Amino acid sequence: MSGILVLAEHEGGKFKKTAYELLGKAKELAGSLGTSVAAVVLGDAPVAELGGFGASKVYHVAGDFSGYNTLKVVRGLQAAIDAAKPDVVLAPASYTGKDAIPRLVARLGTGQGSECTELRVDGGAVVGRRPVYAGKALVDVRISKKPAVFTVRPNSFNQPTPAGGSAEVVAVSAAFGASDDRVQLVQRMEAESTVADLTEAERIVSGGRSLKSAEQFDAVVRPLAAALGATPGASRAAVDAGYAHHNEQVGQTGKTVNPQLYIALGISGAIQHLAGSRTSKVIFAINKDAEAPIFEHATYGVVADLFEIAPLLTEEFKAALKN
Amino acid sequence: MKVGVCIKSTPDTDTRIKIQGAGEGIDPAGIKWIISPYDSFALEQGAQTREKLGGECVLFSVGGGDTQKNLRDGLAVGADRAVQIDDPALKGADSLVTARVLAAAIKAEGIEIVFTGRQAIDLDNVQVPAMVAELLDWPHVSMVSEFALEGDTWTAVRNVGGGAREKVTGKLPVLVTTDRGLNTPRFAKLPDIMKAKTKKVDVKTASALGLSADDISPAVQLSGFGTPAERSKGKFISGDVATQAKELVRLLREEAKVL
Ligand SMILES: Cc1cc2nc3c(=O)[nH]c(=O)nc-3n(C[C@H](O)[C@H](O)[C@H](O)COP(=O)(O)OP(=O)(O)OC[C@H]3O[C@@H](n4cnc5c(N)ncnc54)[C@H](O)[C@@H]3O)c2cc1C
Ligand SMILES: Nc1ncnc2c1ncn2[C@@H]1O[C@H](COP(=O)(O)O)[C@@H](O)[C@H]1O
Repeated sequence: MSGILVLAEHEGGKFKKTAYELLGKAKELAGSLGTSVAAVVLGDAPVAELGGFGASKVYHVAGDFSGYNTLKVVRGLQAAIDAAKPDVVLAPASYTGKDAIPRLVARLGTGQGSECTELRVDGGAVVGRRPVYAGKALVDVRISKKPAVFTVRPNSFNQPTPAGGSAEVVAVSAAFGASDDRVQLVQRMEAESTVADLTEAERIVSGGRSLKSAEQFDAVVRPLAAALGATPGASRAAVDAGYAHHNEQVGQTGKTVNPQLYIALGISGAIQHLAGSRTSKVIFAINKDAEAPIFEHATYGVVADLFEIAPLLTEEFKAALKN
Repeated sequence: MKVGVCIKSTPDTDTRIKIQGAGEGIDPAGIKWIISPYDSFALEQGAQTREKLGGECVLFSVGGGDTQKNLRDGLAVGADRAVQIDDPALKGADSLVTARVLAAAIKAEGIEIVFTGRQAIDLDNVQVPAMVAELLDWPHVSMVSEFALEGDTWTAVRNVGGGAREKVTGKLPVLVTTDRGLNTPRFAKLPDIMKAKTKKVDVKTASALGLSADDISPAVQLSGFGTPAERSKGKFISGDVATQAKELVRLLREEAKVL
């Protein structure tokens, strides 16, 4: 084969959203290239389902991948690539996409385009387009060796609807060795919250320095986020002041997010903050200063005291989402 | 202990980025080059490790221009010396080429542990460190927010996404990429800045490190640099706060269709 191979990640017995997003895009690209789509799945997952999303083959790598082990993931992916011989590999820009994929690329001696937000066919090859310099510029990435590897930012592509179609499941066995066990898991500490990670969240509510204390951050930002099923985020000023956790920082030196809805509460809109949030589909900003730079990037803006409007919004959202 | 730290010079975070010509690249005029912010955590961790265990902390950086100035800033934080790879043949290097250069330099110095930033804030590639580790045949641990070293055994806590964290352990050698929260980078004091001026920076070329023309030929080509489309001008919602709140929910649902 020489088509497109998609890394379909799964968790808790279900494929992640990115698996469907990537398969949908791969199908479209394969259509214009006149080639086929395959998926690679590491460990136990409902592999048969992927046929409905356009995968004609699923390379299923057996083994225990339940505890994340970079070296085993790389070994497993390497085995699937040896079997599938793809021209193009697509993977999500998830932790695995950031941690294991570049290592795989080095092993294969090829090249990688990271965090693409667009993929297209140009001159018979897949080209990635992605934000660089904190989203202040965009660039095309072409890779002259095979397989060309691209990681894709979550929420960049639509979720396809499943169609008929079944995939041939190809069992792949990877040659794991003792050297793949050089890093051992001692303990996994699950997330305290049940909401999506900022980098994958569809809705985010962020608070800034204006919240003035951790207590007020907890009393104003978190309930509003909860009402929307959104993930809470924060500006660096709020993190530095100890109002929010450093894992919650959005921005150039925090997380890059790509939600449908981004709500900024009392955030001025510094360039480093926007760097992490500017690709959000809808940005809604509340600020008491009508001149705040955040308003230049907001889809909707309200000039108000956040302490007055946020509780009302929380109630409105609760009511709106009930029916 | 021989500790290595990789740092990269990147445009300052508030730099305005201008596109050069018809999209060949970015205009370097007026850009201030700083040590990539995540690399400050790597520098601090390298300095602390060296202070605790003795030995030597060596900085590595591939690049020209202000790279050497940034290496001096890094030396002021507590490293002993630096290796700069500055070579016109590396223009257009991709991550794997850069990783080959760094791996060769790290190997030549007999380094036992390497700290790097989790990502460089220019292209946000998140590629070079894992590639360096693969080329050295060392394990690596990414996005580390806690780290301890006892003898030749290390323990790290990494941020694996979804808010989950994992404590992992292994033996030296290892390459660690640093995340926020690992430490608080120190500010260099004036005497340290003065002392850094006398520390040694070796400048090397790729071929001096034994790399062939093939090794430094990139697989990744960047083109078509452009600026993102401006967002269409937003709407201010007026009225008292109760009206504003109601109207916003309506707009999100009926106009933006995100609820
Ligand atoms: C190297 C570097 C990296 C950085 N990385 C990041 C990053 O990743 N993420 C990030 O966010 N920042 C980052 N910054 C910091 C950034 O420059 C700003 O300082 C920061 O984003 C400001 O946070 P803020 O908007 O919460 O605070 P401020 O700039 O202080 O803004 C507070 C805003 O709240 C408004 N306000 C106050 N009270 C109220 C009220 N009651 N109701 C409504 N509005 C109110 C004010 O009008 C103001 O606009 C970085 C800076 C540097 C130098
Ligand atoms: N040219 C370089 N010189 C030295 N270190 C680098 C270079 N490029 C990348 N690195 C290191 O690798 C990390 C991740 O970079 P990147 O893969 O480009 O996002 C950086 O934070 C540095 O620690």
